[in-house]
Amino acid sequence: MIRFDKVTKRYNQGRDALRNVSFDIDSGELIFLTGHSGAGKSTLLKLITLIERPTHGQVLVEGRNIGRLPRQRIPAHRRQIGMVFQDHKLLKDRTVFENIALPMVIANYAQREIRGRVRAALDYVGLQNKETHTPAMLSTGEQQRIGIARAIVARPKLLIADEPTGNLDPQLSLDIMNLFRRFNEVGVTMLIATHDLGLIEQLGGRLIVLENGEIKAD
Amino acid sequence: MVKLRRTEELTELRMLRTVNNYLIRHAQNCLGALGNMVRKPIASMLTITVIGIALALPSALSIIVRNGQALAGGLEDLRDFSVYTKPGVSLGQAEDLRTRIDNETVVRSTQFISASEALEEFRDDEELSDLVRALTDNPLPHTIVVRPTLDAQPATLKALKNLLVQHPLVDLVKLDTEWVQRFSAILDFARRAVWVATILLGGAVIIIIGNTIRLDIENRRAEIEVSKLFGASDGFVRRPFLYTGFWYGLFGGILASLLLVLSMWLLNGPVERLIRLYGGGFEPFGIDGRTLLTIFSIGLLVGLSGAWLAVARHLAAIQPRV
Repeated sequence: MIRFDKVTKRYNQGRDALRNVSFDIDSGELIFLTGHSGAGKSTLLKLITLIERPTHGQVLVEGRNIGRLPRQRIPAHRRQIGMVFQDHKLLKDRTVFENIALPMVIANYAQREIRGRVRAALDYVGLQNKETHTPAMLSTGEQQRIGIARAIVARPKLLIADEPTGNLDPQLSLDIMNLFRRFNEVGVTMLIATHDLGLIEQLGGRLIVLENGEIKAD
Repeated sequence: MVKLRRTEELTELRMLRTVNNYLIRHAQNCLGALGNMVRKPIASMLTITVIGIALALPSALSIIVRNGQALAGGLEDLRDFSVYTKPGVSLGQAEDLRTRIDNETVVRSTQFISASEALEEFRDDEELSDLVRALTDNPLPHTIVVRPTLDAQPATLKALKNLLVQHPLVDLVKLDTEWVQRFSAILDFARRAVWVATILLGGAVIIIIGNTIRLDIENRRAEIEVSKLFGASDGFVRRPFLYTGFWYGLFGGILASLLLVLSMWLLNGPVERLIRLYGGGFEPFGIDGRTLLTIFSIGLLVGLSGAWLAVARHLAAIQPRV
């Protein structure tokens, strides 16, 4: 589903964030991406979501070289991907419902369908009674679960998470990771960047270790 | 075959639904932009007031100029005229004539310029003084400037003029058009000034709306970033701001119309007195449907262009950072 072929990403300052990175991810896989901060995890995710483009090499998603994708096709590409962030990136002035509905509104779904799916997503993360709350009224763990509900509501083929448990205590982290595993079980490809090694051990799955922009172990 | 038709129907249905969703989304954006403005009533009102005044000002000037033009047209028959005597008419004969004209009921006043006074005037003129000095005798006629009464009927004035033209002492009766020409030159200037004011104030409104929307974009940065991360197209992100510009333009137009109606009402008394003084014959222009339509269109145009400018300049700069 995703293929990195000798990908190098050099930022303007001349630093190589990724150097000659190659790997394949099959559809339905659960991958952990780990390494020290600055090892290139975030850059790798940014290349998949087209926040950045590769300097050399090819990034293929479903056989298409997205490094060449014209600017106006980026939105359609991103709509196939669900994203979870360390700082959850929920909109403070919107209700939980509106936050989760956002990807579906963007993808132009009918109001009725949005309502049904948002409720299902809330149900999935176990927060069905928080629809009308604003993010500030929720705990950190709950906020992150809303972030996950938003990431899965439009049923993406690929889910990307960047340090999703970075701000959570171990018990909450485990809850989040279990959510991810359940989601992976229904066939969604998952790419999770984390340095929570304990969690990776508990969950199992393929592990890609980055160090100084290169793959150290796969 | 049946199955194929069914697929076609389904595709059609899906397309209809997509269009429908799209329209609903537009309606939501449109009302949402209005809601955002209502949530900041003071800031929105201030912006709308500035736009309203900026739109009303050139419109008011334009109405005044149009009235001035109509007024100038209505004054065609109410002008002063000059009576020139034939050469060789003596000062005494000319003064007798002046007294006779003065006694006419339609004449309010006369001014007598004798031939020698006229020559004096020429002598004072820098360019003509040499020429005048070379003359041995005075070739100039006596002149009587006739100012008709304000309520003089055009027909009676015409009769008087005809009478004077046939008078044996009179060489020429000439309309004194100078001040009318000056007046229409002033009107021409004013019309140009209205254009300049319209362009400048229109530019100001575009900048005001652009800046308001720039601040709006800044305030909603997080929302724009997240929307782009989840695959929002440029159009999706742009739409709410364009609707905001639309509303500002519309409300600015409405306020401008109200201001115009109010100021025309305040001017009504003096204008009517002015018309009475000039003996009527002239209908003042107020605000008609075309004027209102123009104000609304200009309002919407500047609203949308201001929004578009802000959006074009500032939205592209907001890219998701993770």
